[in-house]
Order: sequence, then structure tokens, then C-alpha cells
Amino acid sequence: MNIPDDLKYSKEHEWVKVEGNIATIGITDFAQGELGDLVYVEVETVGEELEKDEIFGTVEAVKTTSDLFMPVSGKVIEFNEEIDENEGDNPSLINEDPYGKGWVIKVEMSDESELEDLMDGEAYRELVD
Amino acid sequence: MKETALTQIHKDLGAKMAEFAGFNMPIVYSSIQDEHLAVRNDVGIFDVSHMGEFRVKGPKALELLQKVTSNDVSKLKINQAQYSCLPNHKGGIVDDLIVYKLDEEDYFLVVNASNIEKDWNWIQSNNDMQAEMINESDRIGLLAVQGPNAGEVLQGLTDITLDDIPFYHFRKGTIAGIDDAIISATGYTGSGGFELYVPDHKLPELWKAIEAKPCGLGARDTLRLEKAYCLYGNDINDETSPLEAGLGWITKLNKEVDFNSKQIFIEQKQEGITKKLVGFKVNDRRVPRHDYEILNEKEEVIGKVTSGTQSPNLGTPIGLGYVAIDYSRPGTNILISTGRKHLKASICKTPFV
Repeated sequence: MNIPDDLKYSKEHEWVKVEGNIATIGITDFAQGELGDLVYVEVETVGEELEKDEIFGTVEAVKTTSDLFMPVSGKVIEFNEEIDENEGDNPSLINEDPYGKGWVIKVEMSDESELEDLMDGEAYRELVD
Repeated sequence: MKETALTQIHKDLGAKMAEFAGFNMPIVYSSIQDEHLAVRNDVGIFDVSHMGEFRVKGPKALELLQKVTSNDVSKLKINQAQYSCLPNHKGGIVDDLIVYKLDEEDYFLVVNASNIEKDWNWIQSNNDMQAEMINESDRIGLLAVQGPNAGEVLQGLTDITLDDIPFYHFRKGTIAGIDDAIISATGYTGSGGFELYVPDHKLPELWKAIEAKPCGLGARDTLRLEKAYCLYGNDINDETSPLEAGLGWITKLNKEVDFNSKQIFIEQKQEGITKKLVGFKVNDRRVPRHDYEILNEKEEVIGKVTSGTQSPNLGTPIGLGYVAIDYSRPGTNILISTGRKHLKASICKTPFV
């Protein structure tokens, strides 16, 4: 299972990549494997200020529906247009490349200290093994 | 958790395994969509040996089966199978099943894995006539080979002419060198094919002899749902009437002998049912799921979703659910509540595909 060491992880199986005060957020390789073929990703929170643990979107797989939770607080500034149904509409990118082309949203963080609550690669590996 | 004789083979193939009805079963090997489309267009193979099998034999066998099943077993010919259900005493369904007539006074019942013990106890409690009953669930394995090319793939393994077996008929014989197999032209996918019953310990050699795409329970569910086949525990249960579930065709109210709940069903038919299991298509990208509420256009609750998925063949979300009878006509606009959102949907004719 692919768990890059340069990312942060939430217990809800999201990954966070930090560049300045911008966090790019996606679904881990483990999570996409558990969900199976993704058919739709709904994110209607672009422009909104959300608290950590609030729901920012929903993913639909063939078998199951799963909510997506904010791993950190902040303003949702972008939804990956390759996934967005109004643009590329290609949610299978998350299955194919969960840490790359399959990123989901970008967030302008409001409290960078929350990053300390997230797991590093090693801790996340322990959680899912 | 129980295993089938193929559990190790599934793991070696990289299947995602999960508990289903007490068994460790393959849910998906590659992708549900790929497996689904392999069955629709070519051929797939499923390990469904978790299913339960009972033998009912002797001079009282027919009498017992006529009492506990809703379909008319007296109409079955040797080498023929019949879809049926076990009504309880209050107009609900204990389980749905297939009844095979192996010989005069010799029947073979195939029941859902989750209900093996419940069905056994239920049929036993009805067995005042003391028909002989044997639980063969642990001894018998079952592979489903499904899809338009199933016959072609299997024909090389048997001398029985598979094209000669009509739908819901079967033959006993040898396949892949395994004697006493039941080769049955049945299935739960709506794409044709066969179900093969063999001794449990012969499953690995049969599995290896068949060249078809391994398919898991995930694809089995999307395949059956596109055909609107009921899944016990989702679409039918102890509280649902077969008439409400669209299973009137296996509920023979004119059967000469009484069967459990026959009077209740006759009254239901005379008075008219108040709710009905229907298919619907969602005009949204979100997928309906079991237990989501169904609303009318005024946002009043009119029913509940029993099964839902993304249809791999249609590329859209579909579902089954019970709605109040006034809303059951195809074309009726409804809403599906995900809890936070209402999805626009409309009742449609089934099967979906």
C-alpha cells in the first residue's frame, strides 16, 4: 500500500499536503481501495469556511457512499476540476492516482497548529495495517 | 468466520475479502464495473458456495414442500427447478429459494447463506408429516458461471449438451471429471449461464478448470439489481409480502393445497396491496442506498429504498424500494432523501437493463 512519508494523514483516511498556508487534500490509497470504483465526487463547499471535522463533500462508489471530512479548518478555495462533474468529471483519477491527479480540494488553512493533530506516514501505516 | 473451499484461491488472486452471512467471501477481485461488464458481455465465475442446500426426500416430501413454499411444487418435472419463497404465518417471507426436483420424492432446496439455520428450523417446525430432511450445506459447493459465453466455456468440460438445457432446468452428470454434479441453467445475473453444484472438496479443481473472469459479490449485487431481482434482507424480509414484492408470479393462490399465509395473501389480493416494490432511476449523480427515505413531490415520506447502486450498464444510479401504491406507476416523480439532500428520481419499469 502506498503511504508517502511527506504527507499528513487524518483518521478519516484523508491526506494533506502543505505548501505555505495552502493544504491540498485527497483520499488515501487505502481509502480508495476500500471504496472501490468511484463514480462521483460531490463538493459544494468551494468558497466556504469550514471547521476541522466538518463535511466538505461526498464520494459515491458503486457499493457505498462516504462523506469527506475537513482534516483542518479553513476556506475551501478549489475543487479539482478534473474530478468535478461540471468539468473533467473523472472521479476514477482518485482510484488511479490518489496522491497525484486524484487530489480533491485545496484549503486556505485558518489554524496551522491543527496540522500537529494529524498523523505522519508511519502512524497512518499502523492505523490501516 | 466460515471459509469456502476456495478462500485461499481468492486471497491468492488478490480479492478484497469481507464477511458475508458468516462466510469470508470475495467482494471484488479487480473492479466491480469490470467484473459486471465481463458477465454481461462475456463470462464470469462466482464462488457462491456459502449458499445453503437441503435435501427433502421420501413419500411425504411433496406434501411438506407444498405446505412451506408459495409456488406449486406439483407442477415441477424431474430435472426442472422452480423459484419460490417460504412464507411465514403472518404474510411475510422467511426466505426465497430454488426448489429442484431431482427425482420422484427427491427434492433439493437452495437457500440464502444468511438464512440456513432459520430456514432449516422453520421447515422442520412445519414437518408434521415427517418428510426426510438432510442439511447438505457444508458438503456441497456451488459455482455460478454466468454470461453469454458461459455455455461455450463449459461445453468443453462435459458430455452433456448444455444448449439442450432450458432456463430453470438442469442435468445431473460429470463436469471437469467431477461426477454427480448438478448443472443448472439458473443464475442471479440475468445474463444467462449455469450454476454448478459439486461436492465441496471438488471446488478447487472445478474452479481451476473453468476459464472465466473471477467475479465477487459486489458485481453479483449490481448484476441482480439491474435485473430487479430481490435480495433477501434488503428487498424482501419477514415483514414484506410476496405480493408487495412483485413475487405474485411465484405465489400460487390457486394451489390445491393450503400453504403458510395462503389465506392472508388471498385477502391481500382481494383488498389490494397498499405498498409495492418498484424500481426507480435517480436524475442526479448521487447514488440511492438501503434505508434512504422516499418522498413525494410535497416532500412527504411515501416509502423507503431497499437497494441502490450505480448501474454499470446504464452509468446512472438506480434503486428499488417500497412506495405507497398511489406512487407506484412508472413515470411518477419522487425524491430520494440522503439525509441532507433530496435527489430527484422517477419510478420506472423493471428490469432496468
